[in-house]
Amino acid sequence: MKITIQRGKNQVEFDVQAEEVTLLEALEEIKTTLDATLSFSSGCRSSVCGSCAMRVNDKEVLACSYKLQEGDVITPLKNVPLIRDLVVNMDKAYETNAKAKAWLSSYNTQATLTHEDEKMNALQSDCILCGSCYSACPVYEVNGEFLGPFALTRVWKYVSDKREANTQEKIKTIQTNGVWDCTLCDGCTLVCPQGISSKADIEKLRVKSTMAGFSDPNFGTFGFDGSPSF
Amino acid sequence: MISDVLIIGAGGAGLSAAIAAQEEGLSVRVLTKEYPTRSQTCMAQGGINAALGNHGEDSIEAHIANTLKSAHGEADENAVVFMCEEAPNAIVWLDSIGVPFSRTPDGKIAQRTLGGASAARACFAQDYTGLKILHTLYDKALALGVEMLADKFLLELLKNTDDAVCGAKVLDIRTGEVQTYFAKSVVLATGGYSRIYGHYSTNSKISTGDGIAAAKHAGARLLGMEFVQFHPTGLKNSSILISESARGEGGYVLNSKGERFTNELAPRDELSRAIDAEIKKGEDVFIDIRHLGEEFIDENLPQERKLAKLYENVDPVHELIPIKPVAHYTMGGIEVDNVSQTSVDGLFACGECANHRVHGANRLGGNSLLEIVVFGREAGKSAAKRAKSLDDFNANTQESTHILERLEDFSNEIDFYQVQKELAELFYTKVGIVRKPSELQEVHNKLQEINTQLPRMGVSDTNKIYNTNLLEFLEFCNMLELAQSIVEASLARKKSCGAHFVAEE
Repeated sequence: MKITIQRGKNQVEFDVQAEEVTLLEALEEIKTTLDATLSFSSGCRSSVCGSCAMRVNDKEVLACSYKLQEGDVITPLKNVPLIRDLVVNMDKAYETNAKAKAWLSSYNTQATLTHEDEKMNALQSDCILCGSCYSACPVYEVNGEFLGPFALTRVWKYVSDKREANTQEKIKTIQTNGVWDCTLCDGCTLVCPQGISSKADIEKLRVKSTMAGFSDPNFGTFGFDGSPSF
Repeated sequence: MISDVLIIGAGGAGLSAAIAAQEEGLSVRVLTKEYPTRSQTCMAQGGINAALGNHGEDSIEAHIANTLKSAHGEADENAVVFMCEEAPNAIVWLDSIGVPFSRTPDGKIAQRTLGGASAARACFAQDYTGLKILHTLYDKALALGVEMLADKFLLELLKNTDDAVCGAKVLDIRTGEVQTYFAKSVVLATGGYSRIYGHYSTNSKISTGDGIAAAKHAGARLLGMEFVQFHPTGLKNSSILISESARGEGGYVLNSKGERFTNELAPRDELSRAIDAEIKKGEDVFIDIRHLGEEFIDENLPQERKLAKLYENVDPVHELIPIKPVAHYTMGGIEVDNVSQTSVDGLFACGECANHRVHGANRLGGNSLLEIVVFGREAGKSAAKRAKSLDDFNANTQESTHILERLEDFSNEIDFYQVQKELAELFYTKVGIVRKPSELQEVHNKLQEINTQLPRMGVSDTNKIYNTNLLEFLEFCNMLELAQSIVEASLARKKSCGAHFVAEE
């Protein structure tokens, strides 16, 4: 099976002797038998650690859960600095979690959570921080200061949690380069290996923002030519 | 670059330690060879034990008794009592930082029964318990402003002229540069060593025992290295774990003739031996959950269906799932006392790399997540206490050379990936579920041979930037080092005990 891997500026073709294998198994085969210089990240190989996110034919996947096809073209994640081959630097993307204050700020000791409450953010807390959503996000592509899909999903996780006593502060933090900057294109939803929709979480955060007295800064700032200023 | 506390490893244990030390008001730095949320902890599914009695009656005494029984006399009773008594506090703390535990209809934390437990004691978050605890600890560490640096591979611990650990030498994977980090206290939280069994392990490829090897070089004592837990139901080809819940819900274990040959709900070590014996007779072994029906499987075992389809190309609704027992957890590690202090001054350890003597010869399901939180926090506090009490910081280090600095003399005629594969095969068949003294001796001799050949192995990739070929060779060297410790400890223990099963010649 012939596949092509982006290595810096070059596209390199490899012939993999394998049928019915995951992309990760094929990469390991290449590394240990054909070319030890190929660099990629991996960990649990069962789609829960988020290490092996990359792109196949321009779509984000986890290498460990993608079944390889003849002619596949493998490239690294977009919108994050490339380190080497398929390895990218996630530091800046991860820093958005701190900027968005994606944590429990103030513990409400009186809160009692029910089974229904658990379901409010069970899916959002499945996030594995693989970075697929940042790679697919057209806003993050042009605005490196955008808080980004996983950080906002993680903020929703805490905002929707009854144990958070200070939701006002959480909502305030995500007004700039946050919820209103998303174009609701749904690109993040389409690539999330955990089935999370950051777009939907952002919409819920917009409702919470409005309820908290904030409004879309793009309204009312339409220029005289009628174009919105982003 | 001096900090009060330096923590190596950012899984559940490392982050728990970092949070505890930071809360003492000290400067804390965490180094990890990947990113903080990508550690082995995220793979834990089942739950975290605490005798809360939210689902039927339970007691701390029962938790202690179950843990001690499973340990086969190799646990320290005081340590077990401490862990089990602290368990409810650990859950309260995890709840207070936002871990999204599953709940009962009346708003309590839900609990399920795992193997070897006399009650429903494991608190869980669907079947992502480890993932959700780990990510919440990460969020909490971010909230406190803990400094976490990724892509730093531990080469060795620095020791000063007082023979105390005073920092660490690491390889910055991104630049290929060697860096040193000094600290008043160092905590190792680097995980276990199941990857010595290579493809025959459920573990992440990062579980290569780096911290244990570094501690051994620094003169720290190791304990119980022979105790390796095998999980009875890894997928046959990929070794990916099929959770105990498949049997718990009524799945059968069958041989090629379609016959049941064992008690499916026996403890892990017993069941692993029964399956191993059947495989050695030439049989294939399977889990059969077809009789549970598609609706039930999709409702209760969705992840098992997904994994079987993806990694074994079988749909368990219609087909048998081929399995084999594989290395899952290493009870052995760096010997520590009840405040997580190793036998070397200035060095602490917690999590799977440490042996706190709570699991003994066989770990109970649900006790590993508990251990990393309880002893992780203790290790952080102990390290903070030492850092505070130190009047003068002695950063005059002793001379040492790491293998990395001698690597250019390595001739690279022998492919280490091939040797690593052979070593894993050898360990699985001869230092695995059933062990014989003659075979252990054979492996011992083979290890001498590999060690002699080591200078003829090496690295093909000469690029300094993100050289994973180099990284994997260094990990191989660490595993080779620990392989010797396992074989020596196994040879020394003549009688069967828990996961260490000695067969007649």
